[in-house]
Amino acid sequence: MTTKLPKVPVVVVGMGWAGSIISAELTKAGIKVVGLERGKERKMSDYLMVHDELRFQHREELMQDLSKETITHRNNKKIRALPMRHYGTFIVGDGLGGAGSHWNGQTYRFLPYDFEIKTLTEKRYGAGKIKPEIPLQDWGITYDEIEPYYDTFEKMAGISGETVELYGERSNPYPTGPMLKTPVLEEFEKATKKLGYKPYIMPSANLSENYTNPDGISRAACQYCAYCENFGCEYGAKADPVVTVIPVAKETGNLDLRTHANVTRIVNDGTKATGVIYVNTFTGEEFEQPAEVVVVTSYVFNNARLLLNSNLGKPYNPDTGEGVIGKNYCYQVSSGYSTLYYDDKEWNLYAGAGALGIEIPEYTGDNFDHSDLNFLHGAGIRTTQYGNRPIATNHAPVGTPSWGAEFKKQSIKYANSVLQVKSQGASLPHRNNYLDLDPTYKDAYGMPLLRMTYDYTEQDKQLVKYISKVTRKIAEEMGPDHIDTVGEQAAFNVNVDTNTHNTGGVIMGADPETSAVNSYLQMWDADNVFVIGASAFPHNSCFNPTATLSALAYRASEGIERYLKGGGSLV
Amino acid sequence: MPDNEKGNGTDKTSTRRAFLKSSGLTIGGLVVGGTIGTFLGRGEPETGVKTEQAEPTPVQNPNEALMFFYPDEYQKTMAAAERIFPADDLGPGAKELNVAIYIDHQLASQWGVNARDYRLGPWYNPEPTQGSQIKLLRKDLFRLGLKELDNYSNKNYQKDFVALEASEQDEILVAFEQGEAGSLSGVSSSEFFKLLRTLTMEGVYADPMYGGNNQMNGWAMRKYPGTRMNYVKEIESTEFIELEPQSLRNHMGH
Repeated sequence: MTTKLPKVPVVVVGMGWAGSIISAELTKAGIKVVGLERGKERKMSDYLMVHDELRFQHREELMQDLSKETITHRNNKKIRALPMRHYGTFIVGDGLGGAGSHWNGQTYRFLPYDFEIKTLTEKRYGAGKIKPEIPLQDWGITYDEIEPYYDTFEKMAGISGETVELYGERSNPYPTGPMLKTPVLEEFEKATKKLGYKPYIMPSANLSENYTNPDGISRAACQYCAYCENFGCEYGAKADPVVTVIPVAKETGNLDLRTHANVTRIVNDGTKATGVIYVNTFTGEEFEQPAEVVVVTSYVFNNARLLLNSNLGKPYNPDTGEGVIGKNYCYQVSSGYSTLYYDDKEWNLYAGAGALGIEIPEYTGDNFDHSDLNFLHGAGIRTTQYGNRPIATNHAPVGTPSWGAEFKKQSIKYANSVLQVKSQGASLPHRNNYLDLDPTYKDAYGMPLLRMTYDYTEQDKQLVKYISKVTRKIAEEMGPDHIDTVGEQAAFNVNVDTNTHNTGGVIMGADPETSAVNSYLQMWDADNVFVIGASAFPHNSCFNPTATLSALAYRASEGIERYLKGGGSLV
Repeated sequence: MPDNEKGNGTDKTSTRRAFLKSSGLTIGGLVVGGTIGTFLGRGEPETGVKTEQAEPTPVQNPNEALMFFYPDEYQKTMAAAERIFPADDLGPGAKELNVAIYIDHQLASQWGVNARDYRLGPWYNPEPTQGSQIKLLRKDLFRLGLKELDNYSNKNYQKDFVALEASEQDEILVAFEQGEAGSLSGVSSSEFFKLLRTLTMEGVYADPMYGGNNQMNGWAMRKYPGTRMNYVKEIESTEFIELEPQSLRNHMGH
């Protein structure tokens, strides 16, 4: 029995950054919004007992309950996909604020090169540079077009940072100054400057100073307490929908927020949606919520899954390259790094913040010559100081046993004397890396799970090999007593890899044949459905995705407002 | 130690004052939701008089008792965990840190019955890149592993595991690590070893409220200050600042 509810102008599926930004913008404009969130309500005081590494990091309290829903994975089409039964690699958010509550707060813009990657690559290196198995695409929007939305997001969140010459031009400086340059960051700065690079302090959503945003929301400065990723911020210093846009949306009186509401299908006839079906996760009761506009903001995985489970849009077929839903799933490539061991130096490594770091821009995007390289794009190379938590951080030089007396001795010896030069590399699409529905495994509500077919490509392996050498060079300049460098990209392992920046599956573009949504993230096949998130990225850059998906959300909210007035395609 | 703050900041009220001062928050200034109000509301006693609470010396910790293990399982777990993280001149090992109590409590918890794992079938043997696909619950896997410790020990050393020399216990654990001990209802002994190692490290370093990290000595050994609320001073210091560890207990009443 499904209870049909009264029709509303807009229903939003998922209340992370994307859904919360949309809700705030539309409700401020006087539009009634129903916000559906499968997880729990959340408020800042919930974070007061958050300094608990076991509960939040290793028992994943803020993450999706995998007993209800997970993904299945296989490295290629020849093997059977199996469910990710417990966490390893991805940490998928859940509850009000979504991943925007547990993120680190590293808030980069993507490069002008990213948005026109196909055109600019072919212009510089010729049409043959992009291999046929790599469906690299322009985004259907330029950096200059998205810049004002980055600016809006940064002002709302109070992003702290400094301008970088090699990156896209900014209409305004960062709203707050950069985070503190700690002695750890200075080690990296000294070495990279000596090598001729121009290091900059990582842009941060961990507020370097007290800040009041244009909505009148005031937040306190970061206390460097070292509990960001996997945790919520008890000070509200870390930008989180729960302490920024959600209170603004609530204040309007136009947001009808329903938690424990898990959307299972979008009701549609193939060209238009009429609403969504959701389940109350406590009672199992099913509801239909009719709406003029359906906004899908339920994270990369579930955005693709909801469309596929609703027969909305044309599923991607890896054999023909046709179809779009599930296409261009990308990840990130972080396996090139060096670990530095110091025998007689100690830093206050227990202190830190999720977006406290320093980085060089020279190996990002197309900022270095790829003529003689067999990969495209690049990586941010950086040292961070998150705060080393003791269960997770037990470095010992390669060759040390993983347990027993020697392990104890080494891991304690270096507890406050170990640094890393890490990299975060771009991930380009490959024809054989995609998302579809699993034929076997289902979620707690009987709907098929999303199946991921993904492995690292030759491009990734070459990138890691090249970038790891740069990390080694910087590490040597930093002068530790011992360095271990990882320079080979192993096969993707769903329980081992540690990057959680998933993108693609419902990608944007200028051509309905090769993309699922236009530059307003409006579906080509159903103009009253907007699918917002990093799911829209046609490839993944070497930066954290939040600023870009949030900028796209601001742009989409303008599109939705226009659509509600006039209807039709926005491009 | 140039800037030793040991003994400082253990008084809850002064910690809270220091927090408010250093975070730049003032009443009537920033309005940032419920948290700060709660800090202020409960932080300062309304009478303005500091309540003196005589803290009795803990003679017995009621948490040091078994929820899941039987006594012989507890003994075996203590012995095995001690080999993973042995006592030495750096400080206590797993036994003194109450790691076996921690493991007992975890296996009795919802984590022991894999409550938040995906548990629907069918179950297949995975490729090495697909993550573990183990139908046995953690609590059962651990119990079977403990049983096999004695089986293996008696077969190869003619004694129970707890009666062996440390070096012999290490040899047995290596065999488990390499999957050379007997299968545990179809699951490799290496999976038991992984569980033992993970739980031991957690028991050494998790907040003491979970039963391990006795007296916060796991943290103290590596100069980890636990769960303090701000490091604005420490983050910029070029000298290492050693702070007395604090646990989540210090955050109660906020």
